[in-house]
Amino acid sequence: MTAPLAAEALAAGYGACDVLANVTRTFDAGRVTALLGENGAGKSTLLKALAGIVPARRGTIRLGGRPLSGIPRREAARALGYLPQGFEPLFPILARDLVLLGRTPWRTAFGAPSARDRAAVEASLAEMDALALAETDLGAMSGGERQRVLLARVLAGEPEVLLLDEPTANLDPRHRFLVIDAMRRRADQGGAVVFSTHELDVASTGADDALLLSGGRVLAAGPLVETLTEPLLSALFGVAACVAPGAGGRPTVSLGPARAR
Amino acid sequence: MTSRRPALVWGIALLGVLAAALLASLLLGSVSLAPGAVLRALLGDGDAQTVSIVRDLRLPRALLAVLVGGALALSGAALQALLGNPLADPYLLGVSGGAACGTLVGSLLGLGASVGAHSGVLGSLALPLAAFLGALAAVLVVGLGASAGGRLDRGRLLLSGVVVNALASAVLLFLLSFGDASRSRTFVFWMLGSLAGATPGAVLALSVYAALGLALLLPLARAFDALTLGEETAATLGIRVETAKRTAYLAASLLAAAAVAYAGIIGFVGLLVPHAVRRVTRSHRALLLLSFLGGALLLVVSDVAARSLFAPAEISVGAITALLGAPAFLLLLRARP
Repeated sequence: MTAPLAAEALAAGYGACDVLANVTRTFDAGRVTALLGENGAGKSTLLKALAGIVPARRGTIRLGGRPLSGIPRREAARALGYLPQGFEPLFPILARDLVLLGRTPWRTAFGAPSARDRAAVEASLAEMDALALAETDLGAMSGGERQRVLLARVLAGEPEVLLLDEPTANLDPRHRFLVIDAMRRRADQGGAVVFSTHELDVASTGADDALLLSGGRVLAAGPLVETLTEPLLSALFGVAACVAPGAGGRPTVSLGPARAR
Repeated sequence: MTSRRPALVWGIALLGVLAAALLASLLLGSVSLAPGAVLRALLGDGDAQTVSIVRDLRLPRALLAVLVGGALALSGAALQALLGNPLADPYLLGVSGGAACGTLVGSLLGLGASVGAHSGVLGSLALPLAAFLGALAAVLVVGLGASAGGRLDRGRLLLSGVVVNALASAVLLFLLSFGDASRSRTFVFWMLGSLAGATPGAVLALSVYAALGLALLLPLARAFDALTLGEETAATLGIRVETAKRTAYLAASLLAAAAVAYAGIIGFVGLLVPHAVRRVTRSHRALLLLSFLGGALLLVVSDVAARSLFAPAEISVGAITALLGAPAFLLLLRARP
């Protein structure tokens, strides 16, 4: 079976410099992948490149085996759901209207939302525990409430591939698990999920694989037991890492300040 | 989006008030006419002088107010959606200034009789094209100043608009010094915003441009909706962001240019109306349509005021819209949640 999403020798960046260099990785169906790395390591750029926002300078991104650059925009938009980091609404907008925007690739240029559109909006609001916020303006919400509505917008498009930039940012523990469950559900339905995070507990609970980015290059990639290891994590973050084996191949990680060597 | 029905109600209400304002506009003027006589004259009945006043002067002027106001508000609505900035407006971005330069150059070259006195449909169609060229030149310069790596940067766009506007003002003053004194007076009065040049030909020509602008912008409503999420996210929703932006900028320039060619620079309509309409709808399709109606209403009412406040003297309608618009805009800004 062809993988939903793959990057081959990918390089991407802004202006004169490449942020990413030679990133190769296949994101398989049924797998949740956590992107880990320091600030500026290229996590967001990788997600943007995979979403087709930042063009690949070298290498190829394949969506369902076909080069992303050759796939019609609308078709790609139906398959890929992208959550940006730190969104500020440009104009006042109600949560339900914003979530409906996630249906854009499925709608015609004119005409009211279909029953299917409406059902998807309600279902994704419910999944993100945001039904009570449906008639609230985004500007009047707390950071965590807004994050859940923005996630519901991505889920409403029913994409096969989820590309989420820090989906659990600003969330309280209960809603963090809600998001982890939602990612798992998409993977179990045969989708591929890639998300970035700085919370290692979210990575170890929510992901199957990890991709460690350092200076725009892949330091390591693979199942958690191979990637969430003490030497790799302390090399990645420059801090002391303590990894204990956990149930179901899910290591428990705790970090401490770098020790003088 | 979800607020469909309120938008429809607002649309019908606006149409009703607009009809009433149009009637008032036909009734009021330097020559006082009885309502019955005006209605009969509309149908071509009554004495020749009354028929001429109503059908050749007041009706074209009222309809021109509808089209100019609608075009300016529509242009403003498109620019605001395009730039994600509620302060965007054809005047502020230098589009109106560029259009005014184009109109003046066209007029000095003998396209159309002269500003403020259009003759014939051909002349009526040519002057907006000159204005459009001027507006496009302004857009090009604004775009050059704002493009970064092949993309238009929203913040820089507004700033370079301000610069282009200043440049356009300088060019206008330079061009004005070429004409003789009486011609310059007409130019200045036109430049400040006036509907005095209304003719049936002008109404016909402007309705063509307004329809064209609306036809270009309405299919972009969904793209404008998605642009609320920012350009990058809109692109991941399947929107051709750069194409949508270029088309919208072209349409907004065309609308503003046509309005300027017939009525000079009338500020605040493109800024105020979409801003107010945004309070009753968030769907851009409704926003575009309601903005057209709202702009039409604002300008018809302003023109009635301009003609009757100090009758028989006539004030510049641009002064009226600014007097109405500036305080109202301040209130809107303060009331923003």
